[in-house]
Amino acid sequence: MHYIPQIGFLVLAVIGSFLFARKAGEIKRNILLGKKEDLSNDPGKRWNNLILLALGQKKMFKNPLVALLHLVVYAGFIIINIEVLEIVLDGILGTHRLFLPVLGSAYTWLINFFELLAVGVIVVCVIFLIRRNLIKLKRFISKDLNGWPRSDANYILFTEIVLMSLFLCMNAADQVLQGRGAEHYHTTGAFFFSDMLTPLFNGFSDETLVGIERSAWWLHIIGIFIFLNYLPYSKHLHIILAFPNAYYARLEPQGKLKNMPAVQNEVLYAMQPELMPADAAPPASFGAKDVFDLSWKNLLDAYSCTECGRCTASCPANLTGKLLSPRKIMMATRDRLEDVGRNINLNKTYQDDGKSLLHDYITVEELRACTTCNACVEACPVSIAPLDIIMELRRSLIMEESNAPQEWNGTFSNIENNFAPWKFSPDERDRWATEMAS
Amino acid sequence: MKINTMAEMMAAGETPEVLFWVGCAGSFDQRAQKITRAFATILDKVGVKFAILGKEEACTGDPARRAGNEFLFQMMAYQNIQVLNGYGIKKIVTTCPHCFNTLKNEYPELGGTYEVLHHTTLLQQLIDEGKIKLKEGGEFKGKKISYHDSCYLGRANDIYEAPRKVLEALDAELVEMKRCRSNGLCCGAGGAQMFKEDEPGNKRINIERADEALETGAGFIASACPFCNTMMTDGIKNREKENEVAVLDVAEMIAASMQ
Repeated sequence: MHYIPQIGFLVLAVIGSFLFARKAGEIKRNILLGKKEDLSNDPGKRWNNLILLALGQKKMFKNPLVALLHLVVYAGFIIINIEVLEIVLDGILGTHRLFLPVLGSAYTWLINFFELLAVGVIVVCVIFLIRRNLIKLKRFISKDLNGWPRSDANYILFTEIVLMSLFLCMNAADQVLQGRGAEHYHTTGAFFFSDMLTPLFNGFSDETLVGIERSAWWLHIIGIFIFLNYLPYSKHLHIILAFPNAYYARLEPQGKLKNMPAVQNEVLYAMQPELMPADAAPPASFGAKDVFDLSWKNLLDAYSCTECGRCTASCPANLTGKLLSPRKIMMATRDRLEDVGRNINLNKTYQDDGKSLLHDYITVEELRACTTCNACVEACPVSIAPLDIIMELRRSLIMEESNAPQEWNGTFSNIENNFAPWKFSPDERDRWATEMAS
Repeated sequence: MKINTMAEMMAAGETPEVLFWVGCAGSFDQRAQKITRAFATILDKVGVKFAILGKEEACTGDPARRAGNEFLFQMMAYQNIQVLNGYGIKKIVTTCPHCFNTLKNEYPELGGTYEVLHHTTLLQQLIDEGKIKLKEGGEFKGKKISYHDSCYLGRANDIYEAPRKVLEALDAELVEMKRCRSNGLCCGAGGAQMFKEDEPGNKRINIERADEALETGAGFIASACPFCNTMMTDGIKNREKENEVAVLDVAEMIAASMQ
């Protein structure tokens, strides 16, 4: 009888961890559906990016106030997880406040610090809920977020408030019990924030208080396991993937487009046929029509996106009413990848569903509006490059489908025949110079 | 003023210090030709020995590549690299950020490795070295100038300071637009947008940017890209401010202010 809570906890922990690991494995499998791309060079710079961009949230500080608020939630959430370690050990061992005898007065200090963070998280989450739902910030009321994405954002904020409140209630009930000298409730010293809640609990009997304290403990840890398993389905996955995504971010100047060696060689062999190897086979396809044709980093980008919309808010096309939204490009890529993942779960291997990222999830009109200005890439706090995906899809449009607006076809033929995008005679190219001489 | 081509220099057994890559806009577009002439005049005045490729220059392929036509880009790159390597070119300066980006970042892995400078960087060097001497109390002294960041200089290549340093040498008052440097707003020309109609929307990008430039109250908008120049000029015209606000390339401002 005595062991039932411990067994219950173990079952919960095993199921919670197993389900999370299974889904994480699926996501990894999905990301690796993308093409190989070696991004392991220069680890020094990459660690630097990880520390500055992911851990230090450097790009968030373009707006210092919001960055600070975000930092409170993030730091609070991460650091309070140290407390979860105690909760997990208590759960397994059937102990109560395991670290108290070990840490002594430092324990009181530590829990006080956690409570401060918990209160910080609650306050900021309330501010964020107001920002998202009452203040009409353009990037939050955008139609990109209609439906599930908007609810997702609110669920996360709401859950964090609930989890933190449970933590504070647990400590408050604990303190009242301590004051009454209840069995198992060791004296911890006063906790500043939960102490303020004790008047709410003073009127209850010992049994009720133990019930409240235990319920808060259980709901807190169950909540954490539920939240852990919610992450992979949510935009909130960025709290994990921001780190690898910053590490594997491209290190080259943003202006450099990815080369296509296959095309480079085709041109080379056309110009110098003697260089063509006997077994040279033409490449299967050009650019990206579907997620399989993108690089694995593009797919990691898609899972790392937290749909904040800073990219879209800085996109010149979107700002002037065009259909393109870099955030939507990332969301569409993740949606497609998830659909493909479900298809694989169902059929063992991917069975053609007659759909593709290009056309079914991202339209030609969106792709055509991009000025390749890199504002979206620059704006992203978690090192996502929406422009990479846009360019790969554009390549497929032009090279696989010959799908170009009429004016571009004219431009192409001018470049090919007159060596300039306009219809001028190449003989006129240096006329300005001869005019200067006379 | 005689401008030599590489072919002429080779024939005379000479080597230039730097190749001036003019670019298609600088060669053919009437407005951009003025920038080309201004920059060539500066180089000539300070005694930089330079040459152009003349009729042997061809589009770098930037608009084709960004539209998605990699084949055409690779063809242009192949041709240009053959010509550049054939002349043993080491150092290139260009007045076009798109050419600059392609030559500097995209040609090396195709076999064309050169030291590539944007003209604003070279101008800054020449001013720092005291080779460019500016008039006391020139045309821009005390005037408000707002610099429009070109995406292909700024975000693409992290060049934000050189053009500003050059403008500071004019003793002018530099005023920034709300979105500047890494937050700068595109003029709307990049990604081959220059060569097609806009997608459906509610405003043209160049008008959005021109409005922002007008908000600064500057009488001059400085550009460092021939395409930005065209876009900003059109935007200002659309707002019927072309008599109050002039759009000039950094090189034109320096050329007009030299002793």
